[in-house]
Amino acid sequence: MPIVVKRKPLTFLEKLYIPEIVRGLTVTFRRMFFGETVTLEYPEQRPPIPAGYRGVPTLVRDPEGREKCVSCQLCEFVCPPKAIRITPGEIPADSDYAHVEKAPKEFDIDMLRCIYCGMCQEVCPEEAIWLQNQYSMSGYTRGEMVNNKAKLYELGGTLPDQHFKWNKKKEAAENGGGHH
Amino acid sequence: MELTDIAIKSIYAVIVVSVLMGFCSYAVLAERKISSWIQGRVGPNRTTLPIIGSIPYIGRFLTRLGVFQPAADGLKFLFKEDVTPGHVNKVYFILAPVLSLVPALTTVVVVPFGYFENAAGEVVNLVLADLNVAILFLFAISSLGVYGVVLGGWASNSKYPFLGGIRASAQMISYELAMGISVLPVFMWLNAPGTEGTLSLVDVVNSQGGALWNAMWMPGSFLIFVVCIFAETNRLPFDMAESETELVSGFHTEYSSFKFGLFFVGEYAHMLVGSAVVAILFLGGWHPMPFMTWADFGVHGWLAGVLSVGTMIGKLCGFMFFFMWIRWTLPRFRYDQVMRIGWQMLLPLSIANLIVYTFVIYFLERP
Repeated sequence: MPIVVKRKPLTFLEKLYIPEIVRGLTVTFRRMFFGETVTLEYPEQRPPIPAGYRGVPTLVRDPEGREKCVSCQLCEFVCPPKAIRITPGEIPADSDYAHVEKAPKEFDIDMLRCIYCGMCQEVCPEEAIWLQNQYSMSGYTRGEMVNNKAKLYELGGTLPDQHFKWNKKKEAAENGGGHH
Repeated sequence: MELTDIAIKSIYAVIVVSVLMGFCSYAVLAERKISSWIQGRVGPNRTTLPIIGSIPYIGRFLTRLGVFQPAADGLKFLFKEDVTPGHVNKVYFILAPVLSLVPALTTVVVVPFGYFENAAGEVVNLVLADLNVAILFLFAISSLGVYGVVLGGWASNSKYPFLGGIRASAQMISYELAMGISVLPVFMWLNAPGTEGTLSLVDVVNSQGGALWNAMWMPGSFLIFVVCIFAETNRLPFDMAESETELVSGFHTEYSSFKFGLFFVGEYAHMLVGSAVVAILFLGGWHPMPFMTWADFGVHGWLAGVLSVGTMIGKLCGFMFFFMWIRWTLPRFRYDQVMRIGWQMLLPLSIANLIVYTFVIYFLERP
């Protein structure tokens, strides 16, 4: 349904044009001296990041410092632009978490390919990969733009959840009971 | 004329032109700052110099104000790659920016900017050449500036610059008429019967000293002249030659680096000279207020020189601000509207204005 806006014919003063120019000048003058500045001076001032923001994908550790990723490679399979490369590795037998079986030996995310879709985060059964607040990645070479495992953990930090799923599994296995 | 006189005049000329260029570069900064303030932005505020910039408070204040920005802009214009496209007419392509800057710098020769009283108590006018036909010289030379624009547009051998050049020439012809006629009342009053005839700009200013400024009792002339100055200097809302929304950037689309810088400085020099002319013809030149001169305030000697030049520069800067203020207030006219305003409104208005003031001056006739 089109809306026709009826225009009133211009009054004599409006046709003179000069009073309307003066009105316009007062508007801009007021903007100039009493208007607020909306510029965000970027590198020093940062915009507020809303909750659930999808920034750079990172790997996280649990509160005990264990790396959460178990190298299941689901994120690698689901990644639409194939930005993720995982080389699975063994966990040393003398580790407290030897029963977890696997951990990533290498974990690379190519930030030149990543499209920040968040599917890796959605698919991860261990909640080990998270898209966090960091949004400005830059580098001088293509190699620099590939985040390796150390960089990913550095960016990711610790996820403060208190599930300790693998501790419970280990306890259950030792006490003969079943864990979920 | 003796050799020393020539040397002194040359030194004066160099000083005046360098001051004008300095004003041009800071006019660019003012334009950027004022536009950003009106639009709720911050404007250039990062460029800084090593030593001055690190003075506490003052250095930071100057940096935030963008005071060092013109230096960076100038260096950029000098050192960027100067691209000359392969399809241009080389000679005219290079000649055009020069042709647009030179008339603007030439007109400043006849623009008076103050006076002082020497030891003998004589009034010495601060002007490079007090021509008796100053206003004719000024109009003749300043309208040559359009040749730079037209030639630049034509020599670029490309569509948008060509359209820009054509528009500039049509606009210049349309508004020159109204402008010339609108200042006639001022000079009719100056050359009223029984006075010694003159077209000198110094005499225009002196005639406004201790009397009403011309803008006050000739508002019609003032208004038409100001509108025409906007059109002559290709400023918004009359920047048909550039109009970046339609013609990319009009006549200087193909220009880069230093050649573009010349166009740019030329435009601002035109604006400065235009502002000075408005101040001289209509706003009382270096007189501080209507009915009062600096002599009435008891100011004599070199102090009068400082204050008169200061007043003149103040009025000039005020009008420059008005140029920029208008730019960020009014949208650009359409090309046919520009032509209609020029031929169907301003020209008849200025003729009517001339006739009215002919009678007014006849009845007011000076004693």
